[in-house]
Amino acid sequence: MSYDKTFSVEGGNFQAAGNVSSEIKGILKDLGLPKDTVRRAAIVCYESEINIVSYAKRGEIALHADDRAVQIEAKDEGPGIPDIELAMKEGYSTATAQVREMGFGAGMGLSNMKRYSDDFFISSEVGIGTYVKMVVFNLDLKLHPDHPQVTTDRIRE
Amino acid sequence: MNLASIVKALNLEVRCGGDALDREVRGGYVGDLLSDVIANSQEGHVWITRQIHQNIVAVASLKDLAAIILVQGSEPAADTLDKATREGIPILVARETGFEVAGKIHRLIFA
Repeated sequence: MSYDKTFSVEGGNFQAAGNVSSEIKGILKDLGLPKDTVRRAAIVCYESEINIVSYAKRGEIALHADDRAVQIEAKDEGPGIPDIELAMKEGYSTATAQVREMGFGAGMGLSNMKRYSDDFFISSEVGIGTYVKMVVFNLDLKLHPDHPQVTTDRIRE
Repeated sequence: MNLASIVKALNLEVRCGGDALDREVRGGYVGDLLSDVIANSQEGHVWITRQIHQNIVAVASLKDLAAIILVQGSEPAADTLDKATREGIPILVARETGFEVAGKIHRLIFA
């Protein structure tokens, strides 16, 4: 099984925020992936979608799913992140007051993406945009000894 | 403790999802920051909040929460109600404050 689809996300549109993640969640469910894989992939997807809506002009979310894993790539045309290490810290946020009023901008989006994925990669250039790649392993039955991060994440969950 | 017992004990008003009240409630989480709720709530929790816009439904659905409880008589926005109805997420309205609601539910579940 292998599935690919790319979705576009409009910056600033909070009415539509979350729609892409809902659609992706539905697709992954229909593909028959395990509940935990679907849940974690939908969460990391939602957080990246909210970031595009909150900060960027526009962006794209690319979904790849196969028997082994679900991969979510989020790419945007936006302000970029000057200090990724700082942005990854829980509670650090540059969201506007308007965004915060809606309950976004808690400063936990990027840390949630890392927390709920098994593999997380981020790269950003100021004035150009941000790219995030997240992989959720489809390891429903057995934890793979080569991926200790999966083990710790599951225990923490 | 199922949702229906909590609704009854706290005199909550059911705005939608009335057919999902037999669900077991395992605990709860209080918060108005969506990513905080994503990080810290667990499946089967009730979520106590003041946020009323439609993204609360996405969060509840993502985390498979049992219900959203809006406090101090906050009413869900129209599109929130539509979305929650579609996704089968109960939205309940409490007249009391979040503190009162959380305290009472905690006692019901864990006492």
